[in-house]
Amino acid sequence: MTLVQPWDALRSEIIRKALSIGIAVSIYGVSFGALGSATGLSVAQTQALSLLMFTGASQFALVSTIASGGTAIAAILAAWLLGTRNAAYSLRMSPVLQVTGVKRMLASHFTIDESTAMGLSQDEQLYEGDASRLAFWSTGLSVFVLWNIATFIGAITVNAIGDPKALGLDAAIAAGLFALVWPQIKDRYTMTAAVGGALIALLMTPLLPAGLPVLAAATVAVIIGWSWSKQVNL
Amino acid sequence: MWLTITLGAVGCYALKYLGAAIPETFLENPLVKKIVMLLPISLLCALVAVQTFADHQSLTVDARVPAVGVASLVLWRKGSFILVVLSAAVTAGALRHFGLAH
Repeated sequence: MTLVQPWDALRSEIIRKALSIGIAVSIYGVSFGALGSATGLSVAQTQALSLLMFTGASQFALVSTIASGGTAIAAILAAWLLGTRNAAYSLRMSPVLQVTGVKRMLASHFTIDESTAMGLSQDEQLYEGDASRLAFWSTGLSVFVLWNIATFIGAITVNAIGDPKALGLDAAIAAGLFALVWPQIKDRYTMTAAVGGALIALLMTPLLPAGLPVLAAATVAVIIGWSWSKQVNL
Repeated sequence: MWLTITLGAVGCYALKYLGAAIPETFLENPLVKKIVMLLPISLLCALVAVQTFADHQSLTVDARVPAVGVASLVLWRKGSFILVVLSAAVTAGALRHFGLAH
């Protein structure tokens, strides 16, 4: 067990992480804004997606479906389908966040891959859960603000910044998420859920449209959770 | 277009809110508790795998694979979060810049 960091040091470390995640992710916000404009959406429409939908995978799915000539129904369904993993995230985060009313509505809006991964990367017992909560809220806020500013820049300039891949940001985001999941892998159950989820998603990649392979990984969590609870009860 | 945007956004928000609105007593069931604990791990690891190996609907080994590999080494050697992220960005960026990987 590592030594518990003093709150001030831990707080600034969490906020630094939250900001760096926001910055890395926001470059994709520029791409999203540019895609919106290129697809024929007005700046206000593209911005509305980042403000109101605020879940990158669904936003890209909706706009790409329209860009490739799909119907409005297909675009909406694609966005909803990719948004389902957020329901699993908010379910997992609710006992950690302990919020009701307006705060719960705001927490739900901020529930995305990055904020959930950050919230869960902290020890839930640490400072009575304050570390997890700060990690979630600061990441949600940082990504929300920067993602929206970036969307606006992308939408009005149509990609002045250039290709996020040239900066290695695609790999950086994957590595960042991996670093956040890493502390949650503690025993053979969590390890199997991690490896199994990754394998299922890769196996499904050639067979299913983009976005669905990740959802397919949920079946792994259900199977491992079921066998785990059976074993504990026996 | 505005209708598409509104319906899309309302549905995505409803999904986010749904998870938070489910009563906590539901989570007290030991089976549910374990599945809910494992779900983000499986989903996020799946996302990492796809972000590393997938190119649309095909699997590929490009600059992302060595980049995430280097970052994993940094992570294993207990490097800081920023170092993990930067090592991946620099590796992938450099490999592409010098034309060594796509």
